[in-house]
Amino acid sequence: MSISVSHISKSYKKVKALENISFDVKPGELFGLIGPDGAGKTTLFRILTTLMLADDGIAKVDNFDVITDYKNIRNCVGYMPGKFSLYQDLTVEENLNFFATIFGTTIEENYDLIKEIYIQIEPFKTRRAGNLSGGMKQKLALCCALIHKPTVLFLDEPTTGVDPVSRKEFWEMLKRLQHKGITILVSTPYMDEASMCDRIALIQEGKILEIDKPELIVKKHLKDIYNIRANDMFLLIQSLKSYKNHYSIYPFGEFVHYTDKNKDFNSTELKKYLETKKLTNIIIEKTTVTIEDAFMELAK
Amino acid sequence: MKRFVGFIKKEFYHIFRDKRSLFILFGMPIAQILLFGFAITNEINNVDIAILDHSKNVNSTEVINKISSSKYFSINKFLEMESEIESIFKKGKVKAVLIFEQNFGSNLIKEKKATVQVVTDATDPNTANTVSNYVNGILQQYQKQQNKSIDPGFQVLPETKMMYNSELKSVYMFVPGVMTIILMLVSAMMTSISITREKEQGTMEILLVSPLKPVQVILGKVFPYIFLSIINALIIIVLSIFIFKMPVQGSLLLLGLESILFIVSALGLGILISTISETQQTAMMISLMGLMLPVILLSGFIFPIASMPYPLQMISNIIPAKWFIIIVKGIMLKGVGIQFLWKESLILLFMTVFFIVVSIKKYKIRLE
Repeated sequence: MSISVSHISKSYKKVKALENISFDVKPGELFGLIGPDGAGKTTLFRILTTLMLADDGIAKVDNFDVITDYKNIRNCVGYMPGKFSLYQDLTVEENLNFFATIFGTTIEENYDLIKEIYIQIEPFKTRRAGNLSGGMKQKLALCCALIHKPTVLFLDEPTTGVDPVSRKEFWEMLKRLQHKGITILVSTPYMDEASMCDRIALIQEGKILEIDKPELIVKKHLKDIYNIRANDMFLLIQSLKSYKNHYSIYPFGEFVHYTDKNKDFNSTELKKYLETKKLTNIIIEKTTVTIEDAFMELAK
Repeated sequence: MKRFVGFIKKEFYHIFRDKRSLFILFGMPIAQILLFGFAITNEINNVDIAILDHSKNVNSTEVINKISSSKYFSINKFLEMESEIESIFKKGKVKAVLIFEQNFGSNLIKEKKATVQVVTDATDPNTANTVSNYVNGILQQYQKQQNKSIDPGFQVLPETKMMYNSELKSVYMFVPGVMTIILMLVSAMMTSISITREKEQGTMEILLVSPLKPVQVILGKVFPYIFLSIINALIIIVLSIFIFKMPVQGSLLLLGLESILFIVSALGLGILISTISETQQTAMMISLMGLMLPVILLSGFIFPIASMPYPLQMISNIIPAKWFIIIVKGIMLKGVGIQFLWKESLILLFMTVFFIVVSIKKYKIRLE
């Protein structure tokens, strides 16, 4: 196992950040930790990167214990914290050079690993890191985390605050890195990114709700989901909540995601009911289940 | 080793890119030494005084002439009545008033005794004291001149010699002090800020998750500032030699070595401060309040340690600056060598080792 976590718990004074967390990440896997802000993702990353001690449980990275063998782990992992943590007053090239030297390597030695990413920021290599755009910063941070050819890569919310195009590019890069044999543990609050991972763990309030392949997590959610739209969103939600057969209701963009208690859901019946509530332009259609629906269901 | 060199290179980038800090780093010593050298002085020169001469005869005029011709005093005003004294002090125009009694001249001749009253403005006790001493001196001199012809029976004549600073230049006293303050400030504050900056910016997190050892990080932080502080020390010494004609009686080499020792001890203190503070601001406040004040007040730089209350004297012993000032004065003014300064040097060395060992021990290998 590249990463193995068993029964890890951690509390900050009164707040329980992690409660009895266990999971394994196989070598070469792209594993996603999906959960909202404050779910405990960063704490878990810090425990695995030897920056923090867990109160309870055992964690291993590359078969090294995070407490006793922390020095070995620090040699072989790459870590990109959630907050942009490079030297803002150093240029792109100087940052990269610095991280290469402290890991006892050079840019040239591992250039093939970072080439595809570095090429995109190379035109700005004399620019100070503080003056880069959000997406560029993340690319540079990824380069710096990769420069010593780590066996395991920890990326804490790498796409938070990055524009949609750069986000997509970023995930494509992760996929390519995975093919080069690097195990990647990545966290994100964006549910739509989950499908890019081999396996994901849904995490909330320090507890893991579910671990599986994204498509299987979706499949487990057996109920049919319906997109419902009407002229008045607020009234629609209020009305649905008072509907006798409703199971769950979540606003989802311009629609409301609705599930029914009964298997044989009758959309005309619901439509009639909504019309009695003076709603117009009602659309009810079946939709595909997303990770977000699954998360909402599990977090219920 | 390559890692270490890379780290130092990075530190120099930080230092040279931050133009404002760099300006403070090198502008401050020059400004301070000039300020202390020219403006802030204990000597009195051209102190304004007023005269209230009730007798107005030959003798009192002679004394007044003597006083006004000295470089210490300049006569601001001649008063007519006692009532004017209070108001002229309140206006703050003069520091002292000399009152000659009604029959100054005749008393002097007939009764061989006459009085001059010296009233000083003691809101500034040091100046008041000095002024009255100087007036006394001038009066005594006058007396001696008058008595030349007469045989006084016997007389004790004090013959003072001011060793090591015969002209009593206060700049001789300030240079070692300013040097100490600046080296302390640059070394301790700058290092503590530069380490806490890594914590604040989150880069410490990455440095920790790297093969760099605590010793490498700490030494990497310290090294550039040793270099800068040595340059600062040189600037101060050169300025004091060429502008203030400050002598260096002893060995320059020894002075250099002792300075390096003091710099390293201040750097050790700086690292210690950074291990207990989380933000740059806290580090700066602790450095300023916790280091600057003791250095200025308790090191014997301005206020003599011997006249402090006993508990403060004890506290002054744990201040590295005290020992360094003794060493600098010893080398520059007295010209003594290590055989007279080994005790102070050893104390400094011991403190330095203590600070460094404690800070390496306290360096956190994890976040928390």
